[in-house]
Amino acid sequence: MLDFPLWKRLWLWAVTLVFALASVPSLLSLAGVHWPASLPSPMVNLGLDLAGGSHIMLEADPRQVAAQRLETMEESVRAALRSAEPRIRIGDMSTAGGRLTFMVEDPSRVDAARGLIEPMTTGAGLTGQRDWTIEVVDGNRFILSQTRAGLELAVDNAMDSATEVVRKRIDALGTREPTIIREGDERIVVDVPGLKDPQALKDLLGKTAELEFKLVDQTALQSDIEQGIVPPGSEIVPGATGSDYAGSQIAVRRLNGIRGDSLTNAQQTFNPQTNEPVVTIQFDPQGGAKFARLTSENVGKPFAIILDGEVISAPNINEPIIGGTAQISGNFTVETANQLAIALRSGALPVDLTVVEESSISAELGADSIAKGTVAMLVGLGALMVFMLVTYGRFGFYTNAALILNLLMILGTLALLGPMAALTLPGIAGLVLTVGAAVDANVLINERIREERAKGRRVVQAVEQGYKESSSAIFDANITNVIAAVIMFMFGTGPVRGFAVVLMIGIVTSVFTAVTLTRMWVAGWLRRKRPTDIVL
Amino acid sequence: MKLLKLIPDNTNIRFLRWRVPFYAVSLLLMAASLTLVFTKGLNLGVDFVGGQSIRVAFAEQTAPVAQVREEIDALGYGEPIIQQVGEPNQITIRMKLPNESEAGLADRMVRDMRATLDRHHPGVEIGSARAVSGKVSDELFRSGMIALALAMLGISIYIWVRFEWQFGIGALFALAHDVTLTLGMFALTGMEFDLNIVAAILTLIGYSLNDTIVIYDRIRENLKKYRKMPLPELLDLSVNETLSRTVVTSSSVLITLLALLLLGPDVIFGFTAAITLGIFVGTYSSIYMSAPILIWCGVTQDSFVPTESRADTQDRRARGEV
Repeated sequence: MLDFPLWKRLWLWAVTLVFALASVPSLLSLAGVHWPASLPSPMVNLGLDLAGGSHIMLEADPRQVAAQRLETMEESVRAALRSAEPRIRIGDMSTAGGRLTFMVEDPSRVDAARGLIEPMTTGAGLTGQRDWTIEVVDGNRFILSQTRAGLELAVDNAMDSATEVVRKRIDALGTREPTIIREGDERIVVDVPGLKDPQALKDLLGKTAELEFKLVDQTALQSDIEQGIVPPGSEIVPGATGSDYAGSQIAVRRLNGIRGDSLTNAQQTFNPQTNEPVVTIQFDPQGGAKFARLTSENVGKPFAIILDGEVISAPNINEPIIGGTAQISGNFTVETANQLAIALRSGALPVDLTVVEESSISAELGADSIAKGTVAMLVGLGALMVFMLVTYGRFGFYTNAALILNLLMILGTLALLGPMAALTLPGIAGLVLTVGAAVDANVLINERIREERAKGRRVVQAVEQGYKESSSAIFDANITNVIAAVIMFMFGTGPVRGFAVVLMIGIVTSVFTAVTLTRMWVAGWLRRKRPTDIVL
Repeated sequence: MKLLKLIPDNTNIRFLRWRVPFYAVSLLLMAASLTLVFTKGLNLGVDFVGGQSIRVAFAEQTAPVAQVREEIDALGYGEPIIQQVGEPNQITIRMKLPNESEAGLADRMVRDMRATLDRHHPGVEIGSARAVSGKVSDELFRSGMIALALAMLGISIYIWVRFEWQFGIGALFALAHDVTLTLGMFALTGMEFDLNIVAAILTLIGYSLNDTIVIYDRIRENLKKYRKMPLPELLDLSVNETLSRTVVTSSSVLITLLALLLLGPDVIFGFTAAITLGIFVGTYSSIYMSAPILIWCGVTQDSFVPTESRADTQDRRARGEV
């Protein structure tokens, strides 16, 4: 028990030094000393609550993805059946209840229709499951409903590309070192260190930036629109707040519009005539051709520019636009035009994202927390060390040495773990607490040695017995703390997780320093001095 | 050198003699705590009810609380809870979500708060802002409660496996006692109960168990050692033998916690307060809650006979106890 051969001592010291020294760069930077960049410099990563910054959680609504798929399917079915040879006529099409239903007018063509639709309903996934189920009832009525697997895959894809779009937009803002992580099925978590007021970021991410060009339905009567009635194939779109169309309702043709996903560029510019801020967009070749066709076929008619489901302007087409470039105006300021340009450049979000959680902390408050936490830690540590010294004398000295090494090793481990484990404010509390609790192992051991001495055992036996008999209690006590910490880590979020990490690291290092290291020191002392009595 | 001894050698306090009255008092306190939690309720933070919480420092010497209250009332989101924190010019403003709310409401609240404060108080510094939607707060509350239940259960099962089932029950009961009393204290004082407090309770569950385990470990040892001693006497002996350790360790943790409570960041005051309180309750419960239960659950000297190792037997013979 008290036998420490040289190799063992060297090995224990090596482990101690590696972890303890890893804390040095972080401690020096806390004290304001510059650490030479040429040396290895593991740094303790600070959580947002200490470093300052913003944490935002965005959530998508899967129902929106379902609605979009339904609309796409409707367009595909119409197009496929129209282009069949000879054309398959359908009627009574409806998307009510989240299903696509329609009638094939000629019952003898049902099988042909089915043959055309079937390829569109097989899944893109590897499982070979269908994305849609096709049912034919009453002989000629088709019912297409989305399968669960198909919808889940679509939501998954949508969230993947949404994460990518979020990343592009944040990069365009020029913020430093953001972390963007997809969480769970329908959430994205964004952490931006150093960002104090995330309002601009939230505005940018809250914009879907889905740009559409649709023809205005001039056959619709204004009085009908007000009652929500539009001709078949048209829909009502509200005017955007802040635009010339705010508060009004406009009927537009539902299909055959152009989507903004075929853009190659978008820039904030100024209208040469009015000097008003506008956004100039550039279509890709296909989009440009489509846009040219739409504008040349409808010269003299108005078309609506729709952003995120609201009309921002509805100019007349004066002449065909064939260059693939267009200008969007909509009572912008330079700032809003620029924001829209960023959003359009980085592509539309496939789903709307809502901010469901935000935490932002200023760097000043974080620095204040670090300063106060450090003071509390030093005072607590000092008082505790005095207490240990007056209670256990020489053994208290060993306890204190173990305590300091323990603290350094926790910080060193955090530094070595780098971005995997951030120190948070509750983490600092965890550090202070670990210091208080780490002495428990030594208290158990020292009390036991006292007892064994009182029973009349000789010094070496008493020490040996003290370490041996207290080991089961130390072990069990630490395991229960590990259980608590692991559960905290599993269920906690950001700061609480940081706390759990510190607790877990602290449990390991404190057993190492408080049990193994002090035993080595005590053993060394006993061997050198061979005391016949100890003060304890 | 004379060393400090908080507990004199050979202390023999007959703790267990008062087990019935102490148990009665503890059960009453637990019942009172539960009643408070269910009638007065916990002052749940935005983590658990949704809403926004913002911490601001004003350029003036003291925060213009009345004026701020008026400005925020005018926003129409309901009554704000304003509290002074840290310096006199710093306050936190909390607004809870109404029971029924749509997805982006908490986010709109915090945006309007920022805008209002910026407009009316030039030079105001926003220290921190937090907004939690109703859906997220429901999830946080649920996972917090699951975590508490799992931790209590997990630790009790561990004790059961390492000791005997009676000890597992004792540990579970002591934990329930500590958690209930802490919750009761939060209900009584109206201190904000948020995610950090759940973490604090999880921590004190771990630490309160330390004490219990040390005492149980000694009871197990003494059960093997003193085969004829009546159980209450044996429990008293075990508690007394470990009393010095209990007091020294609890004092150590309290020393560091007091430093944190008095000098540490006020942002985590509630967190530290919960753990500090828990250390007191936990130390008491490991003596008065977890030990007597062993008598009532019928622990006997035979509980650990099969686990006695040959070394232990030799040890015992060597000491002349057969």
